[in-house]
Amino acid sequence: MSEAFVLARTEDKAVAHGMVTEELNAWYGRMHALRNINLTIEPRQVTAMIGPSGCGKSTLIRCLNRLHEVVAGARVGGKVLLDGVDVYAPGTDPVDLRRRVGMVFQRPNPFPTMSIFDNVVAGLKLSSRQGRQRMAEVVERSLKQAALWDEVKDKLNQPGTDLSGGQQQRLCIARALAVEPEILLMDEPCSALDPVATMKIEELMRSLREAYTQVIVTHNMQQAARVSDFTGFMLMAEDRAGELVEYGRTDQVFTNPRDKRTEDYITGRFG
Amino acid sequence: MSRSRLRTRKVTNAVMLGLCGLSAALAVIALLAILSYTVGKGLPAIGLKFLTSLPQPVGDPGGGIGNAIVGTTVLVALACGIGIPAGLLAGIYVAEFAHPRVAVVVRFVADVLFGVPSIVTGVFVYGLVVVAMGGYSALAGGIALALIMVPIISRTAEESLKLVPNTLREAGLALGVPLWRIILSVVIPSALPGVLTGIMLGLARVAGETAPLIFTAFGSRLNYKGVDEPIAALPLQIYRYAISPYADWQRQAWGAALILIVMVLLASVAVRLLTRKRSSNLGR
Amino acid sequence: MKQENQQGGPQARFSLRSRLKSRGRRGEIIFITLAALAALALIGLVLLMVFELVTRSLPALQRFGAGFLTGTEWNPVTEKFGALSAIYGTLVTSLLALLIAVPVSIGAAVFLAELAPGSIRGTASFLMELLAAVPSVVYGLWAIFVLVPVVIGPAQQFLGDHLGFLPFFKGPNLGGFGILSGSVILAIMVLPLVTATARDIIRMVPDAQKEAMLALGATRWETLWKVVLPYGRSGIVGSVILGLGRALGETMAVTMVIGNSPRISVSLFSPAHTMASQIASEFSEATGGLYISALIELALVLFAITLVVNVIARLLVWKATGKFKTGGRS
Repeated sequence: MSEAFVLARTEDKAVAHGMVTEELNAWYGRMHALRNINLTIEPRQVTAMIGPSGCGKSTLIRCLNRLHEVVAGARVGGKVLLDGVDVYAPGTDPVDLRRRVGMVFQRPNPFPTMSIFDNVVAGLKLSSRQGRQRMAEVVERSLKQAALWDEVKDKLNQPGTDLSGGQQQRLCIARALAVEPEILLMDEPCSALDPVATMKIEELMRSLREAYTQVIVTHNMQQAARVSDFTGFMLMAEDRAGELVEYGRTDQVFTNPRDKRTEDYITGRFG
Repeated sequence: MSRSRLRTRKVTNAVMLGLCGLSAALAVIALLAILSYTVGKGLPAIGLKFLTSLPQPVGDPGGGIGNAIVGTTVLVALACGIGIPAGLLAGIYVAEFAHPRVAVVVRFVADVLFGVPSIVTGVFVYGLVVVAMGGYSALAGGIALALIMVPIISRTAEESLKLVPNTLREAGLALGVPLWRIILSVVIPSALPGVLTGIMLGLARVAGETAPLIFTAFGSRLNYKGVDEPIAALPLQIYRYAISPYADWQRQAWGAALILIVMVLLASVAVRLLTRKRSSNLGR
Repeated sequence: MKQENQQGGPQARFSLRSRLKSRGRRGEIIFITLAALAALALIGLVLLMVFELVTRSLPALQRFGAGFLTGTEWNPVTEKFGALSAIYGTLVTSLLALLIAVPVSIGAAVFLAELAPGSIRGTASFLMELLAAVPSVVYGLWAIFVLVPVVIGPAQQFLGDHLGFLPFFKGPNLGGFGILSGSVILAIMVLPLVTATARDIIRMVPDAQKEAMLALGATRWETLWKVVLPYGRSGIVGSVILGLGRALGETMAVTMVIGNSPRISVSLFSPAHTMASQIASEFSEATGGLYISALIELALVLFAITLVVNVIARLLVWKATGKFKTGGRS
């Protein structure tokens, strides 16, 4: 296992973490899903990936935490650098990577057999043996970061599924934050939520900016414009492979897109 | 998190996943052990004479399981004659005609019958038939086996019929064909692979049953004499020979066991093929 | 009617069809009645079974009452019948069989549901079905001549020599015929059932749950142990209890290796008997109304126990397949 990779993990939050993909390709069996993606995830910024359904946005971020390869027959080519180190280098362990690059999914998926408390520390318990006191501190900190603490602090022992959809999603965010990842990936985190819950999560993303590098996949352009600092626009090519059409600062992409296809998408001519 | 803790976790992961694979291997090994010994010890016993002659007294050479093979055939035929129509009709009733609450009750009852230990079924049929008839008989054995077959057939029939899309029935009804005709000529043929699966499963199961026959069919060392007389059966013969102290009889037990296993294997393969056919028919 | 037929044109066809319809309606009534009768017969049969068993065990029920379940003496000569030794043997062998089979079954189920590559999965599942299809008497035959002399006998020797201070491994050794053999062969027989049911339960765990755990940095085993198996908890318990139900009623293989002795002993080497094995070995030779009645009461007890266990198992498995729908209010 790559030594540099493990040692690069640091508890010092002053260090800012970023990712770069180099000629990233992905396949599901024989189907080419991503083609030659070259993308930079800037540290402590929110990067949004937008594009029509099926363009490969989700596949892309699942390549960033090596969740793509969990599907049978799935394959990746190219490099993904986390702070300069290729996470796909031979011998690199995905387990450690996934603690460092956290993910929140489209549909909230708290563990139904665990209480709210246990849900939050589910990932934490794997990697370290903490005392109850220390875990309680982590739970409080994570739930506060996820703006859920006030709503659940009196019912931490109740099942994680006893909450509304929006609350469940914030629970999942707290769970992801509890292991102190360096990068937080969010795959359409608000698409299953109502507008009020969505707003809360967008506020959450703004508040997390200081401490975390975030990547969000969204099919909602307005959300991307509201929340992100950088935006990448993807399209499905004729052979159904996803390509990165344009990438840049959000205000530039939305007001002055370089590519006509980007402009068409943003002005609603398709998608 | 220290590097050694990660390594421990990974080792645990490898070990536990390996144990899971080992568990699956154990099951396969058990099966192979049973099959290989049965073939190894049974094959030498098999021969034309063995398959056709009657059992001989201990010590006399040339004994065979001819009557047991005939007996099992007769018993299974009786079981099918009673069990298949009853099971099919019950399954059809639950799938096509029954009020949902009635369906729940019938399904539950079928499940209960399915879970009854076969020896208890034998005791029941003893009281019902053997006592009434004044003696052991093939008929009693057939009835006991039918009772074991019915829930298997009715449950698989019900499930297969339910899989047939309603559009088929609606099309027939729109043409003015009565429902029962539609079921007989359209729905059942569509569900045939599934129904046949159930029948094969039931057949394979009852062909190998011993316990319910011990005091219904009872077994016999003579040729078939009629359904109202005791009758030989392969599993009964195997049982009695296996627990006997005679080497020749034990050898014959292995031979008979091989025959039985081959029958069961063929039925299982047939079931597999039918299931695959059913999946492809439904375009899955 | 014939004259009507000979009239040509649409009128004739209409009357023909309506005639068909009325014949069809008769056929319909016959068919539905037959089918309903079959279903009713099913219900009637089970009720009849209960009735028969109860009625024929009445002599013994009246004579011994509840003492039947606690009595340890089983003596056809003095006509004293107590089922405790059979009940003990049944419970011990079944529970020990589960103890052996459950870890192996769940491990195999996890392998088949989660770990095996596609090609292996199909073959292994098929082999598991074959294992389930082997008749009980063949298991018994194999157990008498292979399992006991080759595996259990030497194992008992070893355990007796090295761990003989434990009460489980004390006492004389019938060359391997006893509780341990009965339990092991039961374990092998129960394995395919529990594995197949547990495998189906595990396959129903949503991918989202597994991904959530993996995304936190868990190994595959940690995902299975902390999320997948707990998620399928009640269904897996249901499949185990299903196995218990099967083990309780299993007759032939156990009869052939358990030694058929009415002993109650803590030692695993001791011969014993189960309710099913006792009925199987004694019923044909039972003479005297009370003896037969006592055996039938034994069958009744067996019936009742397996009924309760199977109902609980089905409820759990059914609950698990309808459980965990979309969580959360909103």
